[in-house]
Amino acid sequence: MTFRQIAVPCLAIVIFLALWEALVWVMGWPNYKMASPSDLLPAYERYWSLFLTMGWQTLWRTVVGLLIAVVFGTALGMVMGFSRTMRDALYPLLVGFNAVPKATVVPIVALMFVGMHDFNTVLIAFMISFFPIAVSVSIGLSTLEPEYRDILRSLGASQSTIFWKIALPKTLPEFFGALKVAVTLAFIGTNLMEIVSPHGRGLGALFDSGKTNSDYPLMFAVLIALAFLGIVLYYVVVALEKIFAGWAERPQG
Amino acid sequence: MTNLIEIKGVRHAYKTAKGPLPVLDGLELSVPEGGFVAVVGPSGCGKSTLTKLVAGLLKPDEGEVWLHGEKVKSPRSTVGMAFQNPVMLEWRSILKNVMLPLEIVPTKLGKKEQEERARYLLALVGLEGFEDKRPSELSGGMRQRASLCRALVHSPEVLILDEPFGALDAFTREDLWQIMHQVKEKEPFTGVLITHDLRESIYLADQVVVLSGRPARTQFTLDTGISGARDIEHLYTPQAAEMLATLRHQIEIAQGRAPAGAPA
Repeated sequence: MTFRQIAVPCLAIVIFLALWEALVWVMGWPNYKMASPSDLLPAYERYWSLFLTMGWQTLWRTVVGLLIAVVFGTALGMVMGFSRTMRDALYPLLVGFNAVPKATVVPIVALMFVGMHDFNTVLIAFMISFFPIAVSVSIGLSTLEPEYRDILRSLGASQSTIFWKIALPKTLPEFFGALKVAVTLAFIGTNLMEIVSPHGRGLGALFDSGKTNSDYPLMFAVLIALAFLGIVLYYVVVALEKIFAGWAERPQG
Repeated sequence: MTNLIEIKGVRHAYKTAKGPLPVLDGLELSVPEGGFVAVVGPSGCGKSTLTKLVAGLLKPDEGEVWLHGEKVKSPRSTVGMAFQNPVMLEWRSILKNVMLPLEIVPTKLGKKEQEERARYLLALVGLEGFEDKRPSELSGGMRQRASLCRALVHSPEVLILDEPFGALDAFTREDLWQIMHQVKEKEPFTGVLITHDLRESIYLADQVVVLSGRPARTQFTLDTGISGARDIEHLYTPQAAEMLATLRHQIEIAQGRAPAGAPA
């Protein structure tokens, strides 16, 4: 990473915060209408230990949900990528499942597994984020050029050799593209459960308590903390992508 | 001596939604050991199907394909293939791409000898110094050369070339024709070349087989009268012109544009 690659996004964030502050100041909005960045610092100062524990709760549940989504989504994508019949059979189901707003599923899941807070939250994070992974893996596998297959098959390679040596690595760029989408989706899932069915855990619950207590700067502070976690996790995925699928990146210029 | 490749009365049809689509009907082809046969014919006449049959990727509905006195029932490691699309594993270096078949085919070579063999082949086609490059850093012609090395790395008896030079510009193509001859002298193989280019067929092959339109049968066989390496000037001799005219006429018959038997 060069200095430029770090400085440019940081500068953009500073400009964004300055514009936000200026907007609130020019419009003369009170902080219950729209909090400004300068209102957030006191909120973080006051509740920093809550932010740490609840931020951690949100983070680990999101990551666990995401990991399950990766395993399940990849497996489903493989089934649909290799078998036309399974693809035809599962696509409408999958699209239908994805079209159901997850906010409506939250109360159902909360009732179904009442009391199992962590399980509920992980389940929603998983349910909301496996779809792009499954679709990208299935498309990656089903669009493999026949020549790739023929070269290995003509040497007597088995289906599993073809998968490990060619199909899997070839699908990695699509997989990571989908994972970037899935990361943010998983955060939405975790927070939906934490906000809609609060059980005192996670940043969502902190947001909800801010709402109950009319602590508007706290609510905005939670949103920014979520954005921060999202950025961190996104760049973790970017780093993994560089390691495992860096070959797909073409040199610029 | 028996022929290395022997195709006898092969019929094959693809199953489609509208019923079977016959692509090959009564195909005969024999190639002696060390021979190089070019197969030409109208578009879509089943030439690529022919390569899949020889490679054992497809089983004919009727008829037999023999390789080295054995009936072909499944893919075998004594075959190397190169296609018009020189598919490379983009995440591997050129050297590792060339070594790919050795990871699948049983080989007596040790790790170090495998690498030496791959390096030797790359040098043979003029890709010395590109071993550690990624495929995306190479031009189309260079990728095709690397793909040729990959097809040869496990010392196959039969090399199947399915329009390998079809997507290249004319000058690169002529370069590669000459490289083909050089490679064949150092690394003898029995070759089957599928092509649309009649000049290519008479420059590279000992024998040119013209297939009829679909469903394809062997319509005409031309002996080029030379085997092994030849100069590019060979293409500009009166004999070459005559052969090209004969083949041209046979293709027109295959396309149904000229009556059979009429003089060229």
